[in-house]
Amino acid sequence: MNKNSGKKESIWRNNGFQTIMASILCIVLGLFVGYIVLLIINPGGAWEAITAIMKNFFYYPSAAAVKKYLGTTLVKASALLMCSLSVLFAYKVGLFNIGAAGQYVVGAGACLYFALGLGAPWYVCLVAAILVAALVGGISGALKAYFNVNEVISCIMLNWIGLYCVNMLLSTVKEQSTPYTKTLSSTNKSALLPNMGLDQIFSKNEFVTLGLLLAVAVAVIVWIVLEKTKFGYELKATGMNKQAAKYCGMREKSNIILTMMIAGGLAGFGAGIFYLTGIEQWMVQQTAVPAMGFNGIAAAFLGGLNPIGTIFSSYFIQHITSGGTYVDKTMYCTQISDLISAFIIYLCGFVLFFRLWLNRFLDKREEKRSVKGEKGGEA
Amino acid sequence: MLLLIQYTLIFASVLVLVALGGCFSEHSGVINIGLEGIMVIGALGGALMMKYLSAGMAAPIIILLVILASVLAGMVFSLLLGIAAIQFKADQTLVGTALNLLGPAAAVVLVRAINTAESVDNVSSTVAYGAAKKAFIVNIGRFEFNWFMLIALLLLIASYIVLYKTRFGLRLCACGEHPQAADSVGINVYKMRYAGVLISGALGGLGGLVYITAGVSEWKFENGVAGFGFLALAVMIFGQWRPVNIGLAALLFGLFRALSNVYTGFDALVALKLPSTLYNMLPYIISLIVLVFVSGKSRAPKAEGIPYDKGQR
Repeated sequence: MNKNSGKKESIWRNNGFQTIMASILCIVLGLFVGYIVLLIINPGGAWEAITAIMKNFFYYPSAAAVKKYLGTTLVKASALLMCSLSVLFAYKVGLFNIGAAGQYVVGAGACLYFALGLGAPWYVCLVAAILVAALVGGISGALKAYFNVNEVISCIMLNWIGLYCVNMLLSTVKEQSTPYTKTLSSTNKSALLPNMGLDQIFSKNEFVTLGLLLAVAVAVIVWIVLEKTKFGYELKATGMNKQAAKYCGMREKSNIILTMMIAGGLAGFGAGIFYLTGIEQWMVQQTAVPAMGFNGIAAAFLGGLNPIGTIFSSYFIQHITSGGTYVDKTMYCTQISDLISAFIIYLCGFVLFFRLWLNRFLDKREEKRSVKGEKGGEA
Repeated sequence: MLLLIQYTLIFASVLVLVALGGCFSEHSGVINIGLEGIMVIGALGGALMMKYLSAGMAAPIIILLVILASVLAGMVFSLLLGIAAIQFKADQTLVGTALNLLGPAAAVVLVRAINTAESVDNVSSTVAYGAAKKAFIVNIGRFEFNWFMLIALLLLIASYIVLYKTRFGLRLCACGEHPQAADSVGINVYKMRYAGVLISGALGGLGGLVYITAGVSEWKFENGVAGFGFLALAVMIFGQWRPVNIGLAALLFGLFRALSNVYTGFDALVALKLPSTLYNMLPYIISLIVLVFVSGKSRAPKAEGIPYDKGQR
C-alpha cells in the first residue's frame, strides 16, 4: 500500500469528518423528504416552495433587506443556539433535557417581568432569566438525583407548569387591549440589550445586539468547560457511569443537579438574549410551549453534539424555520419547516448506525486491499 | 357531580389506553417516549375518517371504521420508532422525541393542506367531525355515556390477561427483562419488540382518538394533545407497569384533569377563588409529586431502553 491511499482513508476514519458527513446526510435526506411531502400536497409549486425555504431572506431582491433579515435570523438563531447548548450539555452528562423548552419559557417570563414589572436594567433581567431557569432545571436534576424520577417526564411536566405560571405572571404586565405583553421600547428602554453598533452592520436592524456575541462566546465556553477542564471531565464521567464516578470519589448526585442547573441556565440565557432585544412580545394566552426548546434538540444532534458544531446547525435549523414563512401560502403552510426539522431529528437517531456501517465498510475494504497487496508481493 | 364523573371517566379512558400502550412497549424492552406523537397521528386518522364518513351510516359501522383508522394510523407511525430502535439500535429517547415533534407537524401540514385544497382562504388546522361523533355517545338520563369508556375497560382486562396469562405476554415480558435469556430459549426478541411497539402504537392511536372526541366536536391540530402522552407515561410509572394499577392510577389522574373542565360547577371550589390556570396545571403538578414517591422503588422492566444486540454478551 502506498502512503497516499493511507492518508485518504484517514480522512474517512476521522471522527469529525464522519460527524459532518452524517449531519449533511441528515440534512439532505430531511430536505428530500420535505420535498416529497410538498410534491404530494401540490406538485405544481413544490420546487419553488423548497427553494423558498432554503433561500429564506435571499427572497428579498435588495441587498439592504437581505442584510436586515439575515440579522433577524441570526438573533433567533442565537436563542436557538443557547437552547441547543442546553440540550447538549445535559446529554453529555447522560441526561436528556427535553425541558429546555420549559426552561426557556420561565427564562422569558423572568426577564420580561423584571423588565416590564420591576423596571430593571437589561443585565439584571438577563441574570434573573438565567437564575430562574437554572432553578427549574435544578428541580428536574434534584428529582432525578434523589428520587430517581425520569428526567424526561419531570421536564415535560415542568414545561407545562412553567408555561401556565408564566402566562399568569405576565398577564400582570400585558397591554390593556391585546393579549401581548407591553413593548420594551415603550415601557423600559434600559431593559433593551445594547446594540454595540452591530445594528449598523445589518442595515439598522435594531434587534441585533450584544446578545449575538454573547451567544457565540458561551458556545466556546461550553466547549472549553466540557473538553478542557476537570469539572467537565467529572461531569462526563458521571454521565458515562454513575456508579464508577461515585466509586472514584465524585459527588454524582450534586453533579447531576449541577448539570441540570447549568443546562437550565443556558436555556434561560437564550430566552433573555431573545426577548430583551424587543423582537417579540409574549402572548399570555399561549397554549403551547414555544418550539425553540424542541428545535434545540434538533440543532444539538445535528451539530454532532459538539458546541462549535451547534453554532452552524442552530443557524441552519433557524434558517429553514424562518424560510418556511416564505412558501406560497395558497398551497402550503409554514409548518412544513417544522416537519423537515422533526424529520432531521429522527434521522439523527441513525447516525450511530451509519458510523458503524461506514467503519465496517472501511475495515472490509482495507482487508481486501491488504490481501491484494500480499498477493501482489508474492507475484 | 354527574359531569365530573363523566369527564373523569372519559379522561381516565384516554390515560388507560395510552398508558397500556406504553406498558406493552416497555415490557418488550423499548421505551416509548413518542406516545404523544402517536396519539396525535391516531387522532388525525380517526378525525379524517369521521370527516369523510357519510352521516347516514349505522352507528356500529361508524364506530368500527373510525377506530380502525386511528389504530392503523397509530401503528404505522409507531413503526418509525420500531424500525429505528429495534433494527438500527437508535437512541430510543431521541427517536421518541422526534416522533413527538414529527406527529403534530405532520398532522398540521396535512390538515392544512386538506383545508386549503377545499377552499383557498381556509388556513386553519381544524377538523370538524360533529356529525359522526354522535355515534359514540349514548345518553343515559343526563349522563353522556361514551362507548370508549367500555372499550377502555375491556382493553384493560384484555391487557391483564394477555400480559400475565398467555404465552405471548410472558414471552414479551421476558424480552424486556432479560432479552439474552429469552433468545437462548428460542424467542425471537426482535419480533417480540416489534409486537410490543405496534401494540403501543395501536393503543396510543386509539387513545388519541378518544382524547379529541372527549367533549368537543372539532379539533385544532396545532394544539397537539397537550402533554397527555406524557401524563400517560406518568400514569404507567405510578401504576408500576401493571395493568390493574394503571387503571386505578388513570382514574386518579383523570379526576384531576376533569376538575379543570368542571370546577365551576362546584360552589366550594369556586368560593376558593383560585385562578383557572391553577386547575389547568393541577394534573402536571400532581404527577410530579406522585413520581417523587413512586420512582424510588421502580419496577421498570430491567432491559428497557437498551437496544438488543444478538452478538452482545
